[in-house]
Amino acid sequence: MTGTRGPVPVMAQANGPSGDLNLELLHKLETQDPLQTQDAFPHISQAEIKGVLDRLSSRLMVTYTTHDSELVALTKEGQQICDEGSHEFKVWDVVRKSGRLSLKDPALATPQAKIGQGNAFKLKWIKKDGDSLVPIVTDSVTDATQQLLQEVNDHKTMSDPKLLKDFIKRKLVTTQKVITYTVQKGPKWAKEIPVEAKDLTADMLQDGSWKTATFKPYNFNALGEPQNAGALHPLNKVREEFRKIFFNMEFIEMPTARFVDSGFWNFDALYVPQQHPARDLQDTFYVSDPAEAGPPGPDPSADVALDAMTNTNSTKIKLDYEKYYANVRAVHQDGAFGSIGYRYPYNDAEPRRLVLRTHTTAVSAYCLHRLAANPGPVRYFSIDRVFRNETVDATHLAEFHQIEGVIADYGLTLGGLQAFLQLFFDKIGVSPLRFKPAYNPYTEPSMEVFGFHKGLNKWVEIGNSGMFRPEMLLSMGLPADLRVYGFGLSLERPTMIKYGVNNIRELLGHKVDLSFIENNAAVRLDKD
Amino acid sequence: MPTISVDKAELYKALGKEYTKDEFDELCFEFGIELDEDTSETKRPIVDGVEEPPQLKIEIPANRYDMLCFEGIAMNLNVFLGRQPMPQYRLKAPANGQLQTVTVTEDTARIRPYFSCAILRNIKFTKSRYESFIALQDKLHQNLARQRTLVAIGTHDLDTIEGPFTYEAQPPEAIKFAPLNQTKEMTGKEMMEFYEKDKHLSRYLPIIRDSPVYPIIYDKNRQVLSMPPIINSNHSKITLNTKNVFIDITATDKTKLEIVNHIIISMFSQYCEEPFTIEPVNIVSPHNGESRTAPDVTPRKSQASAKFINSVCGLDESRESISDLLKKMCISAKPSTTDEDVIDVDIPITRADVLHQADIMEDVAIAYGFNSLPRQFPSTSSSVAAALPINKLSDIIRLESAMAGWAEVMPLTLCSHDENYAWLNKQDDNKAIRLQNPKTAEYQIVRTSLIPGLLKTIRENKRHAVPMKIFEVGDVCYKDATAERRSRNEKHFAACWYGKTSGFEQVHGLLDRVMMMLKAALITREDGLKDPKVQGYWIEELDESTYLPGHSAAIYLQIAGQKAKQIGSFGILHPTVLKHFELPFPTSTLEINAEVFL
Repeated sequence: MTGTRGPVPVMAQANGPSGDLNLELLHKLETQDPLQTQDAFPHISQAEIKGVLDRLSSRLMVTYTTHDSELVALTKEGQQICDEGSHEFKVWDVVRKSGRLSLKDPALATPQAKIGQGNAFKLKWIKKDGDSLVPIVTDSVTDATQQLLQEVNDHKTMSDPKLLKDFIKRKLVTTQKVITYTVQKGPKWAKEIPVEAKDLTADMLQDGSWKTATFKPYNFNALGEPQNAGALHPLNKVREEFRKIFFNMEFIEMPTARFVDSGFWNFDALYVPQQHPARDLQDTFYVSDPAEAGPPGPDPSADVALDAMTNTNSTKIKLDYEKYYANVRAVHQDGAFGSIGYRYPYNDAEPRRLVLRTHTTAVSAYCLHRLAANPGPVRYFSIDRVFRNETVDATHLAEFHQIEGVIADYGLTLGGLQAFLQLFFDKIGVSPLRFKPAYNPYTEPSMEVFGFHKGLNKWVEIGNSGMFRPEMLLSMGLPADLRVYGFGLSLERPTMIKYGVNNIRELLGHKVDLSFIENNAAVRLDKD
Repeated sequence: MPTISVDKAELYKALGKEYTKDEFDELCFEFGIELDEDTSETKRPIVDGVEEPPQLKIEIPANRYDMLCFEGIAMNLNVFLGRQPMPQYRLKAPANGQLQTVTVTEDTARIRPYFSCAILRNIKFTKSRYESFIALQDKLHQNLARQRTLVAIGTHDLDTIEGPFTYEAQPPEAIKFAPLNQTKEMTGKEMMEFYEKDKHLSRYLPIIRDSPVYPIIYDKNRQVLSMPPIINSNHSKITLNTKNVFIDITATDKTKLEIVNHIIISMFSQYCEEPFTIEPVNIVSPHNGESRTAPDVTPRKSQASAKFINSVCGLDESRESISDLLKKMCISAKPSTTDEDVIDVDIPITRADVLHQADIMEDVAIAYGFNSLPRQFPSTSSSVAAALPINKLSDIIRLESAMAGWAEVMPLTLCSHDENYAWLNKQDDNKAIRLQNPKTAEYQIVRTSLIPGLLKTIRENKRHAVPMKIFEVGDVCYKDATAERRSRNEKHFAACWYGKTSGFEQVHGLLDRVMMMLKAALITREDGLKDPKVQGYWIEELDESTYLPGHSAAIYLQIAGQKAKQIGSFGILHPTVLKHFELPFPTSTLEINAEVFL
């Protein structure tokens, strides 16, 4: 709406209706102070008057007070009665004029005539005589309804509230709220509005007119101009905060640019048994085309990225993938590396099945195996998309983002993982933490991470963590004393908790409201 | 994770204490199970005019099969609280010394090769024990047994049948008996039809339906016990009054066969006249070397290193105190007499989840208290933080686009085949990854273009003021026969303008801006083709059915001395494309492969 933003709109000075009205009002006020607007300008709309008063009062030329009152007005039917007489009057009049009127006369057929007939009976103006009507009163009658409406027409009020209610019910009159104003001269009253400058311009600086110019007052109650600004997606803004935390804690970002992975990397290498429910069609998206993965081996595009980040040379890294596969197979089927294994016949087709990765831990497994070529302390992280064949609802989508961190070092302890997570979650304002024993096929011990949410006043599960199973790491060829933490959480869940979003579909996917993206505040995880 | 419902009053009675909700919640938390719900204050189902007593719904870790019933939860918590020792399970032959015998025929190898069984003598059922016994079998069938495919359990009133028994495989037509809760005898084939519409049993039929032989268990009088994994016979069914229970277990997985046997007998032998005794059965199965006396209730002997346990937990406990902690977790342990680091541990038959000394170490940590462990910070890393190159590049494009006034969106990567191809007037180029088992047609393939997601975002935001200017930097996925995963991701940048005018120059301008920020100058096609050392990009008219004819351009990039190649295109979308995506206003899009700038 014009006038709600930015400076008050410029007056059309001398031309245009408001411009005239401004001057007219100032003129009238000169001789008539105070001035009642409904008397001075009976035919000008209230909105227009108000606009003029606001303009003049913002310049302190006038002051005004507002009065609310209720006016009674005639409806179309009421106006007709006022002009022509009531229905009963009209019936009496026609009966009187004819002296005797058949009940079947067309003049009595209208609904109004029927009402009038009944009222005229009650008032004893006419009576029935056989199949005709004859007048009782023959000279004149007092038409009270018409008189009352005439009064409304003249004075816009009705003194008897009971009658008013009755007339409103009979749809003869309506009431209207009317706002009128009493206007007085203000401290800067003048007969004319000074010429005002809309804004300070380069020309005014040039010719010096700024010194004498009167500037149009600024509307300090309105918003400034909209900026047509671009925006980053709120979820990516949260992602960026997490990435900064990881970088500050010396983590290297893992090459996660592969949505499709093999059963081997996604499940078998992570010691998820081949009959585990997570591998069901109900939970995991399987790929029908292409048909199956190749045998596990180096991933050149991931290696190029890792080389660029860690100053390594993958061409010099020698890893025996066949041995790795045989080790994984042995752990599952017969037990190895200190584990009795799951003791089931290993199916070599399962690791070849292609899936949409259900977690980025498939990539962590790749990076950890690669670490076996030159084992040592390292910290990896990733934030990327994962897929679950979920039935979509307010908290589940078929795809979401997983935040994952991996720390490899010698002599790591379980309490150390807790201390690390405390530090990590402190940075996003979640504190204190407590840890619940949990089950996860590839970590032992496994801990669910609970954080105290002050807003909800309860402990909320915020992530999972654990130490990778020794047999998983040993089968990769990592040394026995190198232990590895893993922890993960979804990007969506903390974002939803933090910003009170109840439906994940309002955060990720094509159904997200663009205004939400454009207007979502900057993400300050340590502050909010 | 399975959720187990237990009677609240009975559990608290078994634990010897009336817990408050918070106290019980805390106990669960420390042990590693989760109190999901206490139905005390909610409306509970009314059965036979009586409202169900308050239940506790407890979530159990997926590998703790020994906690899938009331008995297991009570026992594990009581041992954890030090209120009872871990039960010692014993085998006990019947009074006459004659063990029952089951002979397994070789034909069973064709359909369901493994058999195990056990007898619980002089058991005393109550209504709740009986219900728990049935519910445990159901939970085992669903979880560990993977919907009866791996293992199936049958339980029988031993006093209605007579050994010796045989486990055989017979043609469906040759099998005839009255199944559970039916009086009419049916053949195996008839039962397949009979249970086809049964809500509960129909899902198990495919496990054996098409096999030429069905598994079947007979007693000495050819009375059928059960036809696993489908149904027991009505004749041998157990009731509240059953005294002696014969348990048959058949399987395709030998390991899980014994786990299931162990769980059932360890949970319910406590109700035998002589608690924790199990009557073993002779199994004669010479063809596959599985002849034995089952079950074996001997704890599994294992060892753990005290040094390993202390080191991972950050503790300095003696082997004796570690052994004490393990007792709380049902594991009997004592310091080895031959090695001063080693602790000898007996893993009871209930604890099939223990595979490695890491599992023993975790139990020590739980018994000690996860939240009481010393929290010293791990030693410093030798990593130098580094961002993934492709993400650094993406961030440049994202920030530049946002600074140019465009809004970032994040549509899904899965889409329907039509959205990716037909709706864009494109032919299937056989490059897309197809999904085998999506639950809806919304998710048929992994996108090969970012455009459908952008157009769907616009479609869902039609109430928003125009113009709308949106962009995405995200991954598409292509088949790639040379890669191990037979596919590869590619990072794309795409933008979309939607408004009362076409916005063609707008997406063109965004392209110019992003190119400038990536140090790619606009060059002429002629200059580019003449000299491969000239770096930059040019556009030329493109004829593609996605776009309005004459209003689309191919984008060529020549970089790092490489021959120029097309990296994308932009243009005004063809009105038929707009119709497919239900967009009433003109729309222009831009999409390039961002990885060429790596």
